[in-house]
Amino acid sequence: MSEILIILIKVVLALVWLLVLTLYLTWAERKESAVIQDRIGANRAAIFGLRMIGLFQPFCDAIKMIFKEDFSPKFSRRFLHTTAPLISFVFVAVTISAMPFASPLHIGDKIITMQILDINVGLLFILAMLSLGIYGIILSGWSSNNRYTMLGSLRGAAQLISYEVALGLSLIGIIMIFPSLQLSKVVTFQGDLLFGFLPKWGIFLQPLGFLIFFIAALAETKRVPFDLPEGESEIIGFFAEYSGLKWGLFMMTDFMEIIIISCLTTTFFFGGWQVPFLAADGFHFPWGGEWILAHGVVILFQVLIFNLKVFFFCWLQILIRWTYPRYRYDQLMDLGWKALIPLGLINIVVTGIVMSIIK
Amino acid sequence: MSYFLFFLLAIVSIASILAMILTKNQAYNALLLILAFTCTGGLFALIGASFIATIQIIIYAGAIMILFVFVIMMINIRDGIPPERKKWTIYFSIFVAVVFLAELFFALKGTLAPLSTSGIEQSSDPTSLGRLLFTEYLYPFEITSILIIAALVGSIVLVKKKENNDSN
Repeated sequence: MSEILIILIKVVLALVWLLVLTLYLTWAERKESAVIQDRIGANRAAIFGLRMIGLFQPFCDAIKMIFKEDFSPKFSRRFLHTTAPLISFVFVAVTISAMPFASPLHIGDKIITMQILDINVGLLFILAMLSLGIYGIILSGWSSNNRYTMLGSLRGAAQLISYEVALGLSLIGIIMIFPSLQLSKVVTFQGDLLFGFLPKWGIFLQPLGFLIFFIAALAETKRVPFDLPEGESEIIGFFAEYSGLKWGLFMMTDFMEIIIISCLTTTFFFGGWQVPFLAADGFHFPWGGEWILAHGVVILFQVLIFNLKVFFFCWLQILIRWTYPRYRYDQLMDLGWKALIPLGLINIVVTGIVMSIIK
Repeated sequence: MSYFLFFLLAIVSIASILAMILTKNQAYNALLLILAFTCTGGLFALIGASFIATIQIIIYAGAIMILFVFVIMMINIRDGIPPERKKWTIYFSIFVAVVFLAELFFALKGTLAPLSTSGIEQSSDPTSLGRLLFTEYLYPFEITSILIIAALVGSIVLVKKKENNDSN
């Protein structure tokens, strides 16, 4: 019974974490873009005159979205039109279950993994869910029964399929050096030190792999350098026929993808919950110092550092989104198929050669 | 719990396959097939074969079917095969289905024992699976990959044909 209760608590906590972060990411995006463009940004939403630099804005947006008219056109395929946003939302949200937030917590003789689903094929599970999420885009465009949305969804699906190949290839290098598909093990392997002082993170062992992964991941989020499916400023995207909460789900999915991509980047390339020099009983610095900590404090440190790393990559992605102009469609396809995929293959070969030499 | 999940997944997959055969719209056919594939993946996960389950979803539901959906939605075929050809295909497909079912039954008759999930734990571990593929089954594995590359090159050649004629 307590097992089920623990799992339930973990699911609720992870989902609340994801959704609150998603809400506040919309606020962060508004503020960051405002700073970049020398504006003030959303700061009017207030509770009893308390403005808090616009921190209540996401809730106002959510309330507005819920009370907007939920309109679906007469000519749309009604059932699929309703399920499409749910499909893309669910398959992105479910990937949070494979993320390790910290090392297992020991309470008495009970071991609680800080991860909902510690399966031995966690990496493949995430890729599978992301590939199912594409159906949300295709279905939304097709079920709207509108040529523009149809073209938008075809653009989107083509882009996502192309970049999924590069995403998978860039992760093969990581699987080779941390020989496991289990995310908790990948993170545990990154706890060692290189040359005695450098943490053995994926970025130091797979710099090219990180570059390919991050570019492909940016393309998977469908945001500005790669926002061909949506193109909010000029071309019509796949959710043109959506309004109200259903449109809101698509927007939430975009922001949730940013968080998921940040979690993945952190887990694979930046040591996940690993704090440099922090072992299970406290800090052991390579220059000789020691700082012994209690078990709970260590776990707290790990959760905190995981969150910090995720926040950093969310910030970085918003920065990239507001800095670079959009790719043209042929440039996008060239980058995916002619640059990232060959580079990914080269990365695998080089990794293999280096590994066989060191061995 | 697992019984409930098993029957849910089994009923949904069989129902979606039936609905796929019975509906006329090709786009719905493809979508129902995706649902069936995903449910099959779930069934694999239920007996502990997590690797096969995820691969089933990535390859069948994700990669292969998305291309089907792509083409179907882009071309948007409304009416199926002309009626004079239809009769012949129905009889032929029934014949093929019966033969295939019989073959499948005879091939799998020996393994249809209750709780015959031994070896699943072993085969779901990606490490041992990879080791087997690259040692014991290396030649079949490589030959399959050559076949796939041949199909890939062949399709590119077929597409390129027109362009070559023009330049010549």
